[in-house]
Amino acid sequence: MKRLLRSRRAAFGAAVLALVALGAALAPLVSSGDPAGQRDIVLTRFLPPLATDGRGAFHALGTDRFGRDVWTRLVYGARVSLGVGGLAVLLSIAIGVAVGAVAGHWGGPVRTLLLGITDFALALPRVVLLLLLAALWRPNATLVIVVLGVTGWMSVARLVYGEVRSLGVRPFVEGARALGASRSRVLGRHILPNALTPVIVAAALGVGNAIMLEAGLSFLGLGVQPPTPSWGNMIASGRDTLVNAPWVATAPGVALVLVVVACTLLGDAVQDALQPVRTRP
Amino acid sequence: MVATVARRALAGLAVVVGAVTLTFFLVRLAPGDPVERLLGPQATAAQLAAQRHALGLDRPLPAQYGSWLARFARGDWGRSIATGRPVRALLGEAVPATVELVGLSLVLSYLLGIAVGALQVTAGPRVDAALSVTTVTLFALPGYWLGLMLVMAFTYWAGWLPAFGAAGLDADVLTGWSRRIDELRHLALPLTTLTLIGVGGTARFARGAMRDVRSQPFVQTAQAKGLSPWQVTRRHVARNALIPVITLLGLSLPALFSSAVLVEAVFAWPGMGRRLVEAVQARDYPVVMAATTVSAILVVLGNLLADAGVAWIDPRVRHGTREGGP
Repeated sequence: MKRLLRSRRAAFGAAVLALVALGAALAPLVSSGDPAGQRDIVLTRFLPPLATDGRGAFHALGTDRFGRDVWTRLVYGARVSLGVGGLAVLLSIAIGVAVGAVAGHWGGPVRTLLLGITDFALALPRVVLLLLLAALWRPNATLVIVVLGVTGWMSVARLVYGEVRSLGVRPFVEGARALGASRSRVLGRHILPNALTPVIVAAALGVGNAIMLEAGLSFLGLGVQPPTPSWGNMIASGRDTLVNAPWVATAPGVALVLVVVACTLLGDAVQDALQPVRTRP
Repeated sequence: MVATVARRALAGLAVVVGAVTLTFFLVRLAPGDPVERLLGPQATAAQLAAQRHALGLDRPLPAQYGSWLARFARGDWGRSIATGRPVRALLGEAVPATVELVGLSLVLSYLLGIAVGALQVTAGPRVDAALSVTTVTLFALPGYWLGLMLVMAFTYWAGWLPAFGAAGLDADVLTGWSRRIDELRHLALPLTTLTLIGVGGTARFARGAMRDVRSQPFVQTAQAKGLSPWQVTRRHVARNALIPVITLLGLSLPALFSSAVLVEAVFAWPGMGRRLVEAVQARDYPVVMAATTVSAILVVLGNLLADAGVAWIDPRVRHGTREGGP
């Protein structure tokens, strides 16, 4: 923990994520309050960043082709992107922990079957699955969460499986068993709490990935649907106006990169802090 | 060794068959069907039913699956419902485009990534820190967005490179060198996009693997006998760190295909990814099935090649003595 607090990477990552989350939570206070708000389109569309429109409203990041304020959409889009990414990772962690724990703790055909499914799911190209699943229903935010969740649990399952296997032969687990604790009690009270630390790292890295994939799906038109802003569909809508209004696509992209970098750095720092000191060669 | 290869091949086959089966039933469960799109909104129920019957879409799903599998295995991949063209011809154009793009970016990003990783562990902490910031940023870039930014810079502002497609409108009248140059100019932006994203991940992984190897005793021996830092990295560290890196290469193929789908969409690159996106949206069943099968086979083959690569580099694996080795 001490090392984590001293790490500059962790500080940067946590600060960026906290700022973005705060901005998303306080969206009505830090923006114009209406991400879909349009006024006179002819007068307010494609205003460059730092422009003030005819009615005196200030647009820090300019406006898009409908005259909507890009900063407002960015802040409200953060709600969608962070929410979808976070929930999708929670779902994939829940599935992954369950599969990994059961496969690691119970042997025999259950293990073979679960590990087989995991390897199989790992070998599929994820975007192909995402495309197919996203085509099954009308695209919306819940669907994206479910689709990202059920296609992202495999690495967590592998991780938890390995941890559970190696913890299963440790003396304190054998002790619990010798005291007569049931199999599920040994798993739930003794093994899992000790196996979860690497899962935290996977979660931090996974959130960045999930946000990126959500944006990718929305970019293809299979994710969050306009007019609800998400960073992905903002990039997609800015694509057509790249020549005369490049800021529409640039702003959500920069926000996306910042958040993913923050998640990656935080994940790395947690991982380093959990590992025994590695001497610098 | 033969038994291992056979087991691997069998497992690979199981993955392909599983992926194909899953795809078949998923795409059939999706609402909407190709006939509605083919005949348009004015078609009567009777016309729709007749067309479905003609295409065999009114038979029970398991029967359709069985006959599709049998025909596919014989090499009859059917015709695209949306365009009427043979699926083999459609994919015959798309597969080489994707393999060219993905294959080249894979080679480039691994060469560059390993080089950057080696530079990071050999040069001082300042270089290491600066390159770490660079690679983590590259790692975090979404491919489609990076693609758009490159288009903005190199197509709209600088006017150097074309942004869309694999060949110019005049490609058919070009010959020899000018045609080759036209192709390279079209390849430049999508290839750069995919490579840059790939370098981030590869360099981060290569750096980690090399740092792990550097703490081993044989590296200290190499340093003690007076080799320069670069010689130590090149001869002793990099070679041993290649083992996990090559395994990652095989595992990263599905992800690379995934980012290729999005990058192909941005650059209108006439590859598998774009075909697949179009086919899923049009519920063009024969194309979806064939495209999924081909990409699953390519991914499985890539994994097998990576295994073979590890065996080639690591004598302990080659001779089946890894467990007993140091």
